[in-house]
Amino acid sequence: MVLKTTIQGFLTAVKGLLLTVRHLFAARKARETLDIRDQDYFQQQQGVTTVQYPRQQMPIPEVARYQLEVEIDDCIVCDLCAKACPVDCIDIQSIKSPNAIGKTSDGSVKRLYPAKFDIDMAKCMYCGLCTVVCPTECITMTNQYDRSTQQLTDLIYGFSEMTDKEVQQRKEEWTKFQAEKEAAKKGS
Amino acid sequence: MTDLIVHIIVPVAIFSFIAAFTLFAVYAERKIAGFVQDRLGPMETGKYGLVQTIADILKLLQKEFITPAAADKVLFAMAPVVIFVAVFIGFSVIPWAPDFIPADTHTGLFFIMAVVSIDAIGILMAGWGSNNKYSLLGAIRAIAQMVSYEIPVGLSLIAAVMITQTLNLNDIAYLQGIQSPEPIYFMGFWEVSHIGGIFAWHIFQAPHLLIVYVIFFIASLAECNRAPFDIPEAESELIGGFHTEYGGIKFAFLFLAEYAMMFLVAILGVVIFLGGWNSPLPNVGGLLLADWTTGLGWGLFWTILKSFTVVGVQMWIRWTLPRFRADQLMTLCWKVLIPAAFVCMAISGLWRIMIIL
Repeated sequence: MVLKTTIQGFLTAVKGLLLTVRHLFAARKARETLDIRDQDYFQQQQGVTTVQYPRQQMPIPEVARYQLEVEIDDCIVCDLCAKACPVDCIDIQSIKSPNAIGKTSDGSVKRLYPAKFDIDMAKCMYCGLCTVVCPTECITMTNQYDRSTQQLTDLIYGFSEMTDKEVQQRKEEWTKFQAEKEAAKKGS
Repeated sequence: MTDLIVHIIVPVAIFSFIAAFTLFAVYAERKIAGFVQDRLGPMETGKYGLVQTIADILKLLQKEFITPAAADKVLFAMAPVVIFVAVFIGFSVIPWAPDFIPADTHTGLFFIMAVVSIDAIGILMAGWGSNNKYSLLGAIRAIAQMVSYEIPVGLSLIAAVMITQTLNLNDIAYLQGIQSPEPIYFMGFWEVSHIGGIFAWHIFQAPHLLIVYVIFFIASLAECNRAPFDIPEAESELIGGFHTEYGGIKFAFLFLAEYAMMFLVAILGVVIFLGGWNSPLPNVGGLLLADWTTGLGWGLFWTILKSFTVVGVQMWIRWTLPRFRADQLMTLCWKVLIPAAFVCMAISGLWRIMIIL
């Protein structure tokens, strides 16, 4: 009994030792960095797997589930992305415009000014729901993932390009328009 | 006066060698671990991470001495010294090259066995002095393991000594090469006194000595608390075992002792079983490879090369085999290694009688 287990133990130990020494010598070369969509992605079983990150990077698709990006010129400020967001990391404030501002690249008419379009990347869980609901496809996920900062507030990205003065002006325009409309209503 | 200077220089030289070896071995260990697991190991500090261990030791040297409030201060402070000194003294009777030995004593092997056993007391001092349950558990495991494994180590050494008929490590190494004062037989039938090389090594002089070396190697792994017998340290269960509470330079000394012990058992195995300083290259006809590769420089080279190879195998085993359970450890020792060592000892006795006849 003891003899049998001893011999068994030695044999399995030798088997394990041969396995590790094969890996030891296979470590002379690194595994190639393949794109995830490559056919042979799972075929490589030998070689060093470590990717020395800042100097070496793994290839990733151009539109992957990473940081969000908003093409503000195409945004109609419909607020759907903020409503879809499960963690409420998108904060949008809009100002109504008396008349159509312009058209997005896909032809939708813009009637609202984006006074504020902030995305808190620290809260974002990268689910991608906002990109699905967007009617003009202006909010997208990019291939950027390396955004470490010293301050948490740096992770709140503001996509609105309007200055404070402009916001003030648009607000005044709208109040004026409202007032005029009100006056016209009273007059009639 | 010259004697005094020599007596100072030799220990300093050996200490420097051990310190340098430890730095190198820790780096090698981490690299081997990395490569075995398809990683790279340290890569950031210096080219290929070469100065990583130097950075580590600089950090350890700068750290504050911290003694736990409830610790036994005397034992706690003395333990690393006792552990390291016990191992360090063992190097005093190890021959590095022909007649290149710090202390040429007739009882060298016995001396090593006696001195290295003190290591166990040092570990118990560390574990008890820390006043920490994990340290104490680790120390108790270490004592149980080291006392048990001293027996197969001793028996396997006796089996070899019965063939060599001397305890002087210098003489034992002489008996395994072309400079041997007595005729040597490969497996007992082929005289290789003038051929030398690998055939003259003790592991090939008698067939059972190969098994004796395997027993010695396994038991010596347990003696120096290396994986797969590292239950006294068992990072995943006991945090760090007996050295949980140690930090800074005290920890550095415990680490130094561990690697010095690895090297000591490796070089002891090399001297007794693997030909010591003798060249592995045999004389083949007109090619006197063994004669050409024997001498002081070559002796040092072969001893260190063989020892490093054995240390490499120890590391290879560490990163392959999982840790033994305490009962499996004792089963292996008492039910497998000790009976096997006794049988080999008996064969050694019979073998010696056959040789005399």
